[in-house]
Parts: sequence; C-alpha cells; structure tokens
Amino acid sequence: MSNNVAKTDSTASGIGPVEGTPLYSVDNPAPVIEPPRKRTKKTGRATRGNFELYAWLFMRLSGVVLVVLVIGHLLVQLVLDGGVSKISFAFVAGRWASPFWQVWDLLMLWLAMLHGTIGLRTIINDYAERANTRVWLKGLLYTATVFTILLGTLVIFTFDPNIR
Amino acid sequence: MATPTLEKTDGGAEPGFADSPYITVTFRVRRFNPEVSAEAEWQDFTFEMDPKERVLDGLHKIKWDLDGTLTFRRSCAHGICGSDAMRINGKNRLACKTLIKDISPEKPITIEPIKGLTVLKDLVVDMEPFFQAYRDVMPFLITKDTNEPTRERLQSAEDRERFDDTTKCILCAACTSSCPVFWNDGQYFGPAAIVNAHRFIFDSRDEAGEQRLEILNDRDGVWRCRTTFNCTDACPRGIEITKAIQEVKRALITRRI
Repeated sequence: MSNNVAKTDSTASGIGPVEGTPLYSVDNPAPVIEPPRKRTKKTGRATRGNFELYAWLFMRLSGVVLVVLVIGHLLVQLVLDGGVSKISFAFVAGRWASPFWQVWDLLMLWLAMLHGTIGLRTIINDYAERANTRVWLKGLLYTATVFTILLGTLVIFTFDPNIR
Repeated sequence: MATPTLEKTDGGAEPGFADSPYITVTFRVRRFNPEVSAEAEWQDFTFEMDPKERVLDGLHKIKWDLDGTLTFRRSCAHGICGSDAMRINGKNRLACKTLIKDISPEKPITIEPIKGLTVLKDLVVDMEPFFQAYRDVMPFLITKDTNEPTRERLQSAEDRERFDDTTKCILCAACTSSCPVFWNDGQYFGPAAIVNAHRFIFDSRDEAGEQRLEILNDRDGVWRCRTTFNCTDACPRGIEITKAIQEVKRALITRRI
C-alpha cells in the first residue's frame, strides 16, 4: 500500500522514474528563478494621492520633535532630582497634576506611536513578500496602535490621583 | 568611481624576460541552466590571466576556450552600452570596467547575475521589469506646444548644468539591482527610472515635469527610497543617484506643500 502511494507521488511530482533520464530538457525547461513581485505594465496605476509624501514628511518632523521630548522625558524621569528611585505613584500623580506634563506626555504618546507605526509599516512593506502576509501584519500593527493610543490618551485625561 | 583604474607600480617585481605578467585566477561563476537543472550552482574556472585585463576578458576566455555554454551579455565592451552589469565579488559592476588587479585576484572572484530580476540563464537576466519602470516615467521630451518646432530649443549653459549628472545614465541596471528595496519588492520604480525622470523634470525645455512628479509621488515612487546609497556606490558612471532622488523628493515637497 505504502509502496503504491510512494510510486504515484513520485510520478505526479515529476521526479524521473527512470534512472539516468535528465529531469529537464530543451523542451521541458525548469522554471526560471523569479524575484518577488515583479513590475508589469499594470503596476503603478493605483495612486493614493499625497499619502506617501505626508507619511515621509511626518517621519522627519516627528523625529525632530521626539528627540527633544524623549530626551527631556528620560532626564526628568531617570536622571534629575534623585534618579529612578524617586518614581512612584505619587510622583506620576504629581506630574500629571500640571497641564504642561499632560500635554508633554500626550504629544509624546501620539508622536512616538505614529512614528513607530509608520516605520513598522515601511518594514512590512519592504520585507513581507506575499500580499496576504502584508495585510495581516499591517492589520495587527494598526489594531495595536489604535488600542495603545486610545488607552494612553484615556489614562492621561481621566487619571484620578485619589484612586484606591 | 566604482572601479578605480589608477595604475599601481609593483614594487617587488623585477623586469625581465623570465617574469610573466600572467597570474592564476579563479572565477567562481553562478551557473543556471533551466534546460539542465532547476538549481543554480557555483562553478570554478581556473586559468592564467594578465591582472591588468578586465573581468570581461576572463569571461571571454572561459566562453571561447574553456566552456562555450557560459552565457552573459556584452555589446560594446567599453563601458557605454550597459549590457554587462553583474555582481562581481558581491558588488554590482560592469565586467568591462573592472580590472582583475583591483578585485584581489588571489582569492576566487565570484561572479553572479544582478539581483532582483529573473535569471534566464547563467548571468543573463530578464530586464523587462526594469525597462517597464523606465518607460513608466516617460523618458522623452514633452512640450505643450503641439506645432512642429521651427527652430532649435535653446537652453542656457546653467540650465543644462542643472541635470547634467543624470544624463550620464547608460541603463545598465547596476543601481536598481543593488537596491535592497527593489530586491524585496520589484514594484518599486528603482533608482535608474528616477534618475531618468530627474533628467527631464529638471530640464528647462521639458513641460511635463509636473506629470512625472505625480507618477513618482505614487506608492512605489521616490518615497520608498531608504537612502542606503547602494545605488550611488554601484553606479559605474559615478552618478550621484541618491542625491538625484533626494532632489526629486524636495521638488515634490516644495510643490505640494
């Protein structure tokens, strides 16, 4: 039985049943080695307006702003005024009592999340070969981004220092 | 630029009849023949060669004297036609502009087809997707004036200088097939197409710059460039390709916003 199956398989998959017979010939060449997603005459017809331009520009501008925001954040949290040991619930509550830090953290949250999302989207576009893989990876990415941004925003605005 | 050609004098070698300029070189060539096997494999050829000769001369020696089945493209053999771009020791170069002595011939010299395009046989690739991208940027003069011109289209020396660098392109595909974005996604226009669009966008006589910018503003256009400078390193004509792409980006930003 198993012998039989193996025999049928080998014939179907094109593995030569006769020893010494070459697999490929002039009339039966092997498939050529193709790169992923070739350009054809139909490529590049669907335009998406200026989205790519704005995404590219956003990466540059948000990057510059994030350098200030993140380094400032790290200094305040980890270096100045006692270092990392000072961080506690009370410290965070105290900071978020001031609208300045609320705006700072909100801006940092939105910019960092969008900056990271666009960057990951670029990586997925570059490295995911199959269309299905791209769709799923990007779907996962956008879901995670929306969830994190909404949750973070909610916490910043509804933070209750008297929570028990 | 990619292939330094400055002669270096051999300090140790004594001139004389006994001294032969020939050295033993090994060409490790990536062979692929779909009529024989579905797998590409390396094949070594070892032979005597003058180190002042070019890689193309070595390939000729293989094809003419050692193994006539070796397949590669070459036309003018003098760095102008752009037929013999290949991956030599892991870098895209023109075989006809690369001297043996410049690529450490004491080790085996690896020769592969350029990446990112369908390999048809040995070093021959299907250039059609590359030329499709080239056609898509409309690489020809477009004017709004439909009448037949009655005199030459004049241009000042400064206006000509603006796009001088990008006129040097020979369409050898060394840049496009060195681009990591193109390797993974062949839908990207690639540096060569953008260079040739740049040549017309910044030409004062041409009137379809806006149209070409719109094409390159697309998803697979200039915004996919990661500024890795692979194209600039690969260009056998020394075109500052990444700078040209950057100029197209800047033109898009200043016109759109």
